[in-house]
Amino acid sequence: MSGITRAEVAHLAKLARLTIDDEHLDHYAEQLNVIIESVARVSEVAGDDVPATSHPLPLINVMRADVQRPGLTNAEALSNAPAQEQGRFRVPRILDEE
Amino acid sequence: MTDLIKQTARQLSDLLRAGDVSAHEVAVAHLDRIAAVDERVHAFLHVDREYTLARADQVDAKRASGAAMGVLAGVPLALKDVLAMKGQPTTCGSRMLEHWRPPYNATVVERLHAADVVILGKTNMDEFAMGSSTEFSAYGPTHNPWDLDRIPGGSGGGSAASLAAFEAPLAIGTDTGGSIRQPAAVTGTVGVKPTYGAVSRYGLVALASSLDQAGPCARTVEDTALLHMAIAGYDPKDSTSINQPVADMVAAAQRRDLRGMRIGLVKELSGQGFQAGVRQRFEEAVALYTSLGADVVEVSCPSFDYALAAYYLILPSEASSNLAKFDGMRYGLRSGDDGEHSVEQVMGLTRAAGFGPEVIRRIMIGTYALSSGYYDAYYGSAQKVRTLIQRDFNAAFTTCDVLISPTAPTTAFKIGEKLDDPLAMYLNDIATIPVNLAGNCGMSLPIGLAPEDGLPVGLQIIAPINGDDRLYQAGGALEAALHAQWGHHILEEAPAL
Repeated sequence: MSGITRAEVAHLAKLARLTIDDEHLDHYAEQLNVIIESVARVSEVAGDDVPATSHPLPLINVMRADVQRPGLTNAEALSNAPAQEQGRFRVPRILDEE
Repeated sequence: MTDLIKQTARQLSDLLRAGDVSAHEVAVAHLDRIAAVDERVHAFLHVDREYTLARADQVDAKRASGAAMGVLAGVPLALKDVLAMKGQPTTCGSRMLEHWRPPYNATVVERLHAADVVILGKTNMDEFAMGSSTEFSAYGPTHNPWDLDRIPGGSGGGSAASLAAFEAPLAIGTDTGGSIRQPAAVTGTVGVKPTYGAVSRYGLVALASSLDQAGPCARTVEDTALLHMAIAGYDPKDSTSINQPVADMVAAAQRRDLRGMRIGLVKELSGQGFQAGVRQRFEEAVALYTSLGADVVEVSCPSFDYALAAYYLILPSEASSNLAKFDGMRYGLRSGDDGEHSVEQVMGLTRAAGFGPEVIRRIMIGTYALSSGYYDAYYGSAQKVRTLIQRDFNAAFTTCDVLISPTAPTTAFKIGEKLDDPLAMYLNDIATIPVNLAGNCGMSLPIGLAPEDGLPVGLQIIAPINGDDRLYQAGGALEAALHAQWGHHILEEAPAL
């Protein structure tokens, strides 16, 4: 398998919402290539007949009774907010200017 | 007065019960020790002396009132900073959560409170538990009490170092690929990764949800068992919690009878890449097991050779998803919100400023492994390896009660030695990772010092899913035999701080 290109690393950073400058991008590209190269061998070992395991235990959907229970107050929920206004989280503008 | 910081949790429990000491006195002794040595060790990120003493006083008052007290009532504990504690800092070793104060308690914390354990503070860790040396903490590394120039293991290096430095008799760690066991090995302490689902993950800030497990750390096998029983058990708040009674780990630790026990020596986890002194102490421990009446046989788990590669695809994949929530909108760091940047730009700036290099590497690896076009080759293949590893364990446990290996390939290495070499760092977990992938349980306990460097070596015991009591049976018996040989605890050989 061929390595990751610098452009691909830049794209991954964008997908993962990580603003990384050019200098660091080069360093990460180099390291990610080494890591990916070493883990790529997983594709050699298991054939099509081996089922995938996503979880160590058989998972079942756990439900709780649909009854009211105490939750966080408005003040508690906002107590760690980086910015707030009128009892709500204040966030940067969501729509880009055209 | 006995030197309170040198006592085991069991000994402190006896002294407290007899009224020979108060929880207040025990807490003061440990807080004073922290004040004296932690500037050099840096096991703790946060210690709140007033809060701790107030808790200790509450425990003393409860005992004075004649209430029934649990066995660990009044015993101090160090808590890894990845577990939410209401109103107290919970940073996960990251700038991202530097000022976060959780509005709720992790279930583990609730159980510790219910057991009247006195929490001393929060311990240092690799950022979001990603690392094997505690060097990736945004707040600086923890130093190994055996040699302050060396790493204490990771990610739970702070918890292990607090035990080895006699700052706490008990600690909580979390283990996603070895973060309880490897620090235990390199600090001469004991740590257990319980069966997946045995201890609630509610309030444990998730790294990789299908691998994470909180567990007990201490200086003796019995103390570890006491703490295991205090925190284990079903929790409806964790959908992966096992709804079964908890076995008596303490009784298993005290049994000290190995006759008829079949111990499998895992061929793939003891040869190449392991330091000579680690191999030597391990071989001696194997001989000791035989002399104690256990039946030691060699077993082969061929797919373990692929465990590390599978792990470093599965973990980053889950982590990249779990850490997506740190976007600077509702809690945690926000960076670049100057009225000009859009919400997406602020998220990108916040995450680049809040996460360190190892977290960024793993988020990008995970994003890559899960992206279309690569998913089957990487994440899909890694999940198949996981199946093969489970099969290898199942086959081994049809003939063996427990399996053993060295816990880590080397003793503690120098701070800075592997910092910018991710692959070299990842190899530390080569023997511990298969257990997390399969969901069963493992213990590390000290088996001596490597002759070439005089640093602690750990032995790993592995048991099947829900076979945690076997860890304590096999560990307790070996520890008793080793202590009889040495005439003291291994930490007595550590240099004075």
